[in-house]
Amino acid sequence: MVDVRPGDFIRVVKKGGLVVEGVVLPSTEFTSEKHLVVKLSNGYNIGISLDDAVIEVLAEKYTKPVVSEEFREMSIVRGSGSLKIGFVSTGGTIVSKVEYETGAVKPALSASDLVEFAPDFRELSSELVVVDFMRKLSENMTPEDWSHISEEVGRHLKAGVDGVVVAHGTDTMSYTAAALAFSLRNLGNPVLLVGAQRSSDRPSTDALYNLKACPIVVRDAPFAEVAVVMHGTTDDLYALVHRGVRVRKMHSSRRDAFQSINDIPLARVYIRERRFELLNRRFLPRTRSSDIYVLNKFSNKVSVVKSYPGIDCEIFDYLADRGYRGVVIEGTGLGHVREECVESIKRATDSGVVVAMATQTIFGRVDLDVYTTGRKLLKAGVVPVDDMVPEVAFVKLSWLLGNFPEDGPAEIKLKLVSNMANEIGNSQSLEVFPRWYHGD
Amino acid sequence: MEIEYRKLGLKVGLEIHQQLDSKFKLFCSCPTKLAPENVKYREVTRNLWLSKSELGEIDPAALYEIARGRKIVYRIPEGHACLVELDEEPPHDINREALVISLSIAKALNARPVDEVYVMRKIVVDGSNTAGFQRTAIIALGGSIEDEDGAVGIQTIALEEDAARKIAEESDYVVYNLDRLGIPLIEISTAPDIGTPEQALRVAYRIGLIMRLSGKVKRGIGTIRQDLNISIESGERIEVKGVDKLELIPKVITYEVLRQLSLLDIREELRRRRLKPEDISEFYIDVSEVMKDCRSRIIKTSLDRGMKVYALPLPGFKGILGREVCSGRRFGTELSDYAKAWGSVGGLIHSDELPAYGISEKDLESLYKYLGLNGDRDAFILIVSDYERADRAFKAVINRLKYAFIGVPKETRAANPDGTTRYLRPQPGAARMYPETDILPLRVDESILREVEKIAIPRPEDVLRILVEEHGISRELASQLIRDPSLHLYLDLVEELRDITSPQIIASTLIVHMKSLKRDGIEVDRISYIDLVKILSAVGRGEIAKEVIPEAIKVVVSGSSFEDFLESRRVLSVEELEKIVEEAIKSNADLVKSRGFERSIGLIMGKVMSVARGRADGALVNTLVRKKLQEFLTP
Ligand SMILES: [Zn+2]
Repeated sequence: MVDVRPGDFIRVVKKGGLVVEGVVLPSTEFTSEKHLVVKLSNGYNIGISLDDAVIEVLAEKYTKPVVSEEFREMSIVRGSGSLKIGFVSTGGTIVSKVEYETGAVKPALSASDLVEFAPDFRELSSELVVVDFMRKLSENMTPEDWSHISEEVGRHLKAGVDGVVVAHGTDTMSYTAAALAFSLRNLGNPVLLVGAQRSSDRPSTDALYNLKACPIVVRDAPFAEVAVVMHGTTDDLYALVHRGVRVRKMHSSRRDAFQSINDIPLARVYIRERRFELLNRRFLPRTRSSDIYVLNKFSNKVSVVKSYPGIDCEIFDYLADRGYRGVVIEGTGLGHVREECVESIKRATDSGVVVAMATQTIFGRVDLDVYTTGRKLLKAGVVPVDDMVPEVAFVKLSWLLGNFPEDGPAEIKLKLVSNMANEIGNSQSLEVFPRWYHGD
Repeated sequence: MEIEYRKLGLKVGLEIHQQLDSKFKLFCSCPTKLAPENVKYREVTRNLWLSKSELGEIDPAALYEIARGRKIVYRIPEGHACLVELDEEPPHDINREALVISLSIAKALNARPVDEVYVMRKIVVDGSNTAGFQRTAIIALGGSIEDEDGAVGIQTIALEEDAARKIAEESDYVVYNLDRLGIPLIEISTAPDIGTPEQALRVAYRIGLIMRLSGKVKRGIGTIRQDLNISIESGERIEVKGVDKLELIPKVITYEVLRQLSLLDIREELRRRRLKPEDISEFYIDVSEVMKDCRSRIIKTSLDRGMKVYALPLPGFKGILGREVCSGRRFGTELSDYAKAWGSVGGLIHSDELPAYGISEKDLESLYKYLGLNGDRDAFILIVSDYERADRAFKAVINRLKYAFIGVPKETRAANPDGTTRYLRPQPGAARMYPETDILPLRVDESILREVEKIAIPRPEDVLRILVEEHGISRELASQLIRDPSLHLYLDLVEELRDITSPQIIASTLIVHMKSLKRDGIEVDRISYIDLVKILSAVGRGEIAKEVIPEAIKVVVSGSSFEDFLESRRVLSVEELEKIVEEAIKSNADLVKSRGFERSIGLIMGKVMSVARGRADGALVNTLVRKKLQEFLTP
C-alpha cells in the first residue's frame, strides 16, 4: 500500500468502479480501521475503505499538525467603555471552535475572537483582561480545578475589576459556580459563569447571546454574587442571571437548560436594548471595599449517594471505611433512605463522617421530622440541608471540610446549614415550582 | 430566432432535488408530511449570528437583515417538529430508510456508493435552517444517464435535509414553518454534459422517472426542484435556482442564453458609444423637490411618508436600459433586481420607460433639465426610498452597470414562473462546509447494501410492459408515452382516476390530443392538473363524450370554466333525447306524414343531431328516432 499522510492529494480507484480524488484528512477517534477520510473539491468529506483500492498520491502536501498554543495566555483589550472586566476561559462548548478543514474541535477562544463575537465587551469596558486559563470540558473538572479557578478569579477581583466572567462548560457549571460562591469571601462585585449549549461555530449558537449579556450584568447588577448567565427560554429573547448556589442544569440539550431551583433568578437581561431587570430582591449587595479573600481548599473525600429502592447499605460502611469525611444523600421524598441503612449511617457518623440529607425531588425542602425513618436518621446524626440543591450541599461540604480542618463534625454540620450565600432557607412561594405542560 | 446552441458552446448541468417518502425525517423521528393549516402551533423567536469568515450562500438582503438583527420566527406545528428541528437537541443518527432509498436511486443511475457516509454542515443563514446550516452528505459518486445525444455524467449524489418553509416575511422579521425542515432530499448533480434545452428536459425527465419508479419519493407540488447551471462559451456560468416544473427547463435555458447574448450585445453597444466604466457617476442626486408636484401615486405617497426621490444620471445611456434582454425583461429590469436584492427597495424607474407610472412628459423634461442631461442622448435612474436603502441600492446598481462593460456577471438567479430568471445573489465561493460533529460517520456495510438490493427500480422497458399489460393501453401509445415527459402526469392521472377513466383515454389525451392542440398553437401547458382531472373524470363517468376532449381542453385553456362547458356538452339522457326527437317530429309533422317511415328517418336524424351532436351516441339517436317515428305514424 502507498503511504498516505494527511494533507496529501490522492486518487483512489476502487475495484467496484468508484473513483475518488481529494485531500486526505487526519483520522479522528471515529475513523474506522482501514479507512481514509477524503475531502473532495466540493467541500464534502467521504470515507473510503482501503480494501480493493488502488491509491495514487498525486501531490504530497503533508503538513505537521500545529501544536496548540501555551496556556495561561493573557491579553488586554482596551475598549471604549468604563468597566474593567476580567475574562477567564476554562474551556467547554462556549470557547470551542471547529477547524473547517478537519472538523476538529479546538477548545480555545482568543481575546480577539471574543471581541469579534461580542463587541459589547469592548464597547462597555475600558479594560478587558482575557485569560486562556484552562481548556477543560466541564465533565473533567475536579475540586482541584475549582481551587485554581477561584484563585484566578480572586486575583482579578483583587486587581480591582468591576466583575469577572468565567467561560465554562455547562455540564458541571453549577458545581463550579457554587464552589466559587463559597470560596470567594467578601465578594464585592459579580462573578458570572457563562456557557453555551450550542457551540459557537454555528450561526445558531447561544454563546453570543449569553456572552453579550455579561458586560451588561457587570455594569448594572446591584448584587455581588457568583451567578450563571444563560438563555431564559428557547427563544433568543432574554438571558437569565441565576444565583450560582441555586441553579441547576435541568435539560440535557436545550438552551434554557439552566433554571433556578427553589428560588427565582436574580435578574433578566435583554441584549438588544442592553436592558437589565432585577427580579430577586434577596441578594448580597455590591460593595466598594476590596477586602476580598479566597478560601479555596476543597476536600475530595466527599461523596454523593442517591437513595434507591433496595439500596445496599454497605455503601455507607464502605465510604466510612475508605476515609470519606462527608456524604450527601439524595434521599427520596422529604429525605429518606431505607430504614435498614440507619445502622450503617450511624456507624459512619459515629466515626466522624458528616452525613447530610438532601432530596432527589430537587424541588422542595427536606424534613426529617415527619416520618419515623426521618426521625431515626436524625437520631443517627444525619443533618438535613433544608431547601439546598443536592449538588450545592455536596460542594459546600467539600469546601467546609477543606478549609476548616480544626472543626469537628458538629461545627461542620452547623456551618453546613448556616446560610452563607443565599443557598439555604428560602421562603418557598407557590410560583417557584415550574408549571409543567399538561397537554393544553 | 433559431439559436445554434452547439455553436454557442452551451453547457448545462442539472441539480435535481427530490423529497424522499421515508416514514421519518432524516435526523429525527418526526413524520415527513407537511402540517395541515388548522393544526395547533407554537412559535419561537431566534436570531442567527454571523462571523465574517463563515459566509456561505447568502442573499445580500438576508445578510443585511441578519446583520441588522432581523428576527426569525419559527412556527412549530404540533406533531410535525421536535427539539431536533428547533436546534435544541442533537440530530439523531441518519435515517437508514432514507439512506437505502437514495442508494437504490444511485444504483439505478449507475453511481457507486461511498464506503462511509460523512454528514457535513453547509452554512445557510437566511434562517431556513434553525442551526444556521444544512446537513448534507455525499452517498454516491459517478454514474451516468443515457440520452440520444450521448450519455450525461452524474457527478455526485447527496442525501440532505430539506429547509424550513417560509410563510411570511417583512423587513424586520421572517416566519418559517418547521414542518418541512428535515424531510430527506436526494440531490443528484449531473456533469455539465448537456448541450441543448431539449436534452436538458429529457435528462431531467429520465432522472425524475427513475426516482418516481423507485416508488419511494414524494409526489406533488414542491416535492421536486431543479437547479440549473447554464453557460455559453462567450458568457458566464450562471446558477438558476428553483425550477419547480420540468416543462419549464428548456424555456429557462433558452431565455438564459438569450439574456447572456443580449448582455454581450449591450457591451458592444457601450463600446461603440465609446462609453467607459469610469464615466458612470458614483453620485446620485436628491430630486424630491423637482418631483414634488408629480402626479405619480408611488412618488406622492412615498414623499408624504418622508422618503425621497433620488436620481442617478447616466450620460450617453439613452436606450440601453430599455433594451430587452429576454422575453419581457429589459436591462433596466436586471438593474432593478440588484436594487431590490441589495437595497430592499421596491425597484427602480429608468428614463427609457418614461413617461409612465404617472410621471408625465413634463416631469421627464424637468428631470432632464435639473440633472443637466440631454433627453436625446442620456438616461437616468430613479429610486424612491429612504436614504439608507437608496444608498445600498445605488451602490449595487452602479457596480452592476460597470460590469456591463465586462460582460455577464457571475450570478445565482431564481427562476420565475414564466421561465425568465431574476438576480438572487452573487455566486458563493467554495461552499462553506465542515463536518457535522454531532453525527458519527456511517459505514455503508453489507446489511445496508442488501436492503438496497431489495428496492428494484423498474427499467424503462419494464414500464412499457406495465403500461401494455397492466394498464391495457396500446403498444404504440405506450412506447410513445415512456419517451415522453408527460408519463409523470399520466401516472398521476391513472392513480387519481383509477376506476373512473380508462388509462387508454388518459394516454391518448396526453399523447395525441395535447400534442396536436399544441401544434395548432394552443397553449396546452397552461392547463392545470385539476382541470385535466375534471375533464377526464367527466369522460370516465360518461358525462361528456371522449370526442369532445380536445374542445374541452381548448375551452379551459382559454380561461373559461369547465363547469359551463360541461353543461353545454353534457351527454343527453334518454328522456331528454326522446323529447328532442318528439319535438323534431312534431315540428315536421306534415313532411313526415307525406314521406312515410323509411324516408323520414334521415330527415329527423339530421334535425336531432344538429342539436345533440357530441352529446349523444348516434346509434342511440337512430334507435329513438325509429321508435318515435313508428309511434307517430302508427295511428
Ligand atoms: Zn423532529
